[in-house]
Amino acid sequence: MNPVHKKIPVLIHNGKPVCESLIIVQYIDEVWHDKNPLLPSDPYQRAQARFWADFVDKKVYDCGRRIWATKGEEKEAAKKEFIGIMKKLEGELGNKPYFGGEDFGYVDVALIPFYCWFHAYENFGNFKTETECPKLVEWAKRCMQRESVSKSLADPHKVYEFIVSLKKKLGNE
Amino acid sequence: MAEEVKLFRTWSSPYALRIVWALKLKGIEYETIFEDLTNKSPSLLQYNPTHGKVPVLVRDGKPVCESLVILEYVDETWKHNPLLPQDPYEKSMARFWANFGDDKLMKSIWQLFIAHEKDQDVAAVAALENLKIVEEQLKGKKFFHGETIGYLDLAFGWIANLVSILEEIMSLKLVDGERFPHLSSWIQHFIDAPVIRDCWPPRDKMIIKFQVMRENYLAAATPK
Repeated sequence: MNPVHKKIPVLIHNGKPVCESLIIVQYIDEVWHDKNPLLPSDPYQRAQARFWADFVDKKVYDCGRRIWATKGEEKEAAKKEFIGIMKKLEGELGNKPYFGGEDFGYVDVALIPFYCWFHAYENFGNFKTETECPKLVEWAKRCMQRESVSKSLADPHKVYEFIVSLKKKLGNE
Repeated sequence: MAEEVKLFRTWSSPYALRIVWALKLKGIEYETIFEDLTNKSPSLLQYNPTHGKVPVLVRDGKPVCESLVILEYVDETWKHNPLLPQDPYEKSMARFWANFGDDKLMKSIWQLFIAHEKDQDVAAVAALENLKIVEEQLKGKKFFHGETIGYLDLAFGWIANLVSILEEIMSLKLVDGERFPHLSSWIQHFIDAPVIRDCWPPRDKMIIKFQVMRENYLAAATPK
């Protein structure tokens, strides 16, 4: 179903595969467009949402990974960069309840899955996101009150254990 | 009410060219601001504080950044001569291939371009594999979406613009007519399209620029 990248997620709709998570989210939004739209209808607002989701995609996982996969100066640099990324996102959130405004939207969907990785990043990097970006953590907790989010995100402790065992496998302690 | 459209670009950026082509296809008038990325203007930094890159499209004072995001914005704002397919599945495939082009294909070609001689063979394998994947997509089609130029042609336009320049500098033919008949044919159709033809950055200037870039990369990577 995904011969090019051989990765997940892959959505299969009526036998046809759609790959790459943000592309899948947009597809879902377009096919089931009459209920709870994730993207705004205004082209400029849509462009802003796409920009920030793309920013999350390009930055968060990679930087987070460097926090747990490196040591010493590299780790410190990754930690600083991560906090910088979170601060930028916090700035974009502003005083809105969600990135999508009053409603949970596209950028919220793009970012919230990483929240269960924060505990691991914080442990390995020795920092607290809540201290650095309190409004962002408030937002994350608000999202976690949604059943669709809380029931689907992994347990942060399990994620941490997973990374510990991954590091062992990679000979990376 | 006349709207004000500005495009921040450099003379050579393949990403910015996507927007130049898109605006031309839609017949939109705009002002061009050329940037020197070694000395970025305050305006650019104000409009793109996150990345500080080009292209940036500014419409009535409101900026849009990241070339593929801008392409969709242009398509949604000026709905005539649509660039993207209407069908959600076809649209998702177009987005998928554009991402592949940027994330995999361009990166692998660039890796080959800056590789030392001893690493070239390995780098070439990845680049050729990725080119083959794109070749498959063009079978039976004049352009990626059929008979007319659209989103994916603009997204892959850098192949038509940049690859022959990199090939000349490397003295290495990547996209030859025998191995890549469909891609070669697409390049020719794309280059010949009137809308595209008029916006080409000067070849000799491009060669000098990328030659210098390559030399710098190779020098930096050489063990001392």
